[in-house]
Amino acid sequence: MPQAGSEPKDSCVVRVRGLRYAVGGREIFSALDLDVERGSVTAIMGPSGTGKTTLLRLITGQLIADAGEVTVAGQEVRLLGRVGLYALRRRMGMLFQNGALLSDLDVYENVAFPLREHTRLPEPLIRNIVLTKLHAVGLRGAARLMTYELSGGMARRVALARAIVMDPEILIYDEPFVGLDPISLGVVLRLIRELNDALGITSIVVSHDVREISAVADRAYLLSGGRVAASGRPASLLESESGEVRQFMKGLPDGPVPFHYPAPDYAEQLLGGGPT
Amino acid sequence: MRHVVRELVRGAVDSLVLLGRYARFVARLLAETPRALLRFGLVVEQVYKSGALSLVIIMLSGLFVGMVLGLQGFDLLERFGSEESLGTAAALGLVKELGPVVAALLFAGRAGTALASELGLMRATDQLSAMEMMAVDPVRRVVMPRFLGGVVAMPLLAGIFSMIGIFGAQLVGVQMMGVDSGQFWSQMQGAVERGDVMEGVVKSCVFGVACSAIAVYEGYHSVPTAEGVGRATTRTVVISSVMVLLLDYMLTAVMM
Ligand SMILES: Nc1ncnc2c1ncn2[C@@H]1O[C@H](COP(=O)(O)OP(=O)(O)OP(=O)(O)O)[C@@H](O)[C@H]1O
Ligand SMILES: [Mg+2]
Repeated sequence: MPQAGSEPKDSCVVRVRGLRYAVGGREIFSALDLDVERGSVTAIMGPSGTGKTTLLRLITGQLIADAGEVTVAGQEVRLLGRVGLYALRRRMGMLFQNGALLSDLDVYENVAFPLREHTRLPEPLIRNIVLTKLHAVGLRGAARLMTYELSGGMARRVALARAIVMDPEILIYDEPFVGLDPISLGVVLRLIRELNDALGITSIVVSHDVREISAVADRAYLLSGGRVAASGRPASLLESESGEVRQFMKGLPDGPVPFHYPAPDYAEQLLGGGPT
Repeated sequence: MRHVVRELVRGAVDSLVLLGRYARFVARLLAETPRALLRFGLVVEQVYKSGALSLVIIMLSGLFVGMVLGLQGFDLLERFGSEESLGTAAALGLVKELGPVVAALLFAGRAGTALASELGLMRATDQLSAMEMMAVDPVRRVVMPRFLGGVVAMPLLAGIFSMIGIFGAQLVGVQMMGVDSGQFWSQMQGAVERGDVMEGVVKSCVFGVACSAIAVYEGYHSVPTAEGVGRATTRTVVISSVMVLLLDYMLTAVMM
């Protein structure tokens, strides 16, 4: 068990070096380097299918890299056993792309779930914590709804409340803005920033929404083709001269970033009648 | 011809591999059991879910199976002029054989599929990953209570099935066919021994472990898509049914 304070005083909470990961014979990352500063909001952007979700799974130890090193809070994820990994995860919160709320519990119990599993707090205290977190995402009134009664955006906000209920040190958001209306989007954006500043949380946000994320992120990584295409302050990425970066940040269809999944020659495949 | 042999060999190897996986999974479940029993509330909730889900179908089927036994048994015994033994025949048939087996088959079809699809859906919607991310072991929190719930519910259901079945046989034999009520019950009481009942209990416990383990295994390891969840439920019924009948033969042979 890591003792608080025995860790190296490192400004990097997450450090990825030379990461290689392949799935189904396709290399998703070849040699990825990435740093997340303590207390910062770091954005990870990139076209669909570049492996952003996969990268988060590698950082949280749900997947193990083929090569390279992934260090979180001074501990190398690959070397942690099950116990160490669970101890590390208790210091992280993660917002899944689709919310991933537990379908047999209502909203209140979903948010209370980590508290009930990991603490022995008295019921009134749990109630206060849960209601505070639900209030923060604007869903205190929905406490007794079942998960199937929620819209996609509401489910995401409940999941956010659940992710912060244990006051984690690291918060990981996978596509937090998809399916949110402009008002909730504004609230979530502000929440990301506020949580970060008020509680000193380190945030990693995966998103395609260049404009939204540029507004809150301290640093942004643009992934493309299994490597970091560009990194830096969002504003500097927006002004980048590199064709690849410009294409993504400005949403242009043509450019160095391929829109298509790797495929054989189009004409040949249509005319030749080869295998699909 | 060679093709057929190769397919057969592959089929046999696949079944053995699957059996090995089940064995490993059950070993893990059994190892977790003492710990899971500490969170008794979760188990009770699942006993209620699995048990209550299957109760109506178990009671109805028990009644009808008992009534059929009453008719067939009466027809058979009448030829030997010993209709009074109907109670004994029905009770032995139900307690030793039909109760555990039919209840297990129904349990697999009703509660087993519900378990498998529930777990499969949890996998498909990232709920299990979300739990792992919250540092909660899904095997401990989700799989174990469901497994134990099934293990506890199954013998209870088999008992209820047998009781209602005997009532059904009595309904047909005594009320309709006119077998003497006193004879029906007293012969049953005299002939059915503790060992017969134990045989039924042992069988239903074993079937409970097998059916619940298969259901949670298939659900927990299902491919995370709608199709994968569907396949997991189908496999649950098919594999459970075959396993129940196979185990039934083996247990009967051992306990003869
Ligand atoms: N289980 C798997 N088997 C095979 N390939 C996979 C698997 N999971 C992911 N992939 C591949 O890995 C690549 C990256 O997937 P990932 O989900 O990380 O993308 P993403 O960047 O999060 O995309 P999106 O923005 O659409 O969510 C995809 O091209 C996908 O085809
Ligand atoms: Mg993704």
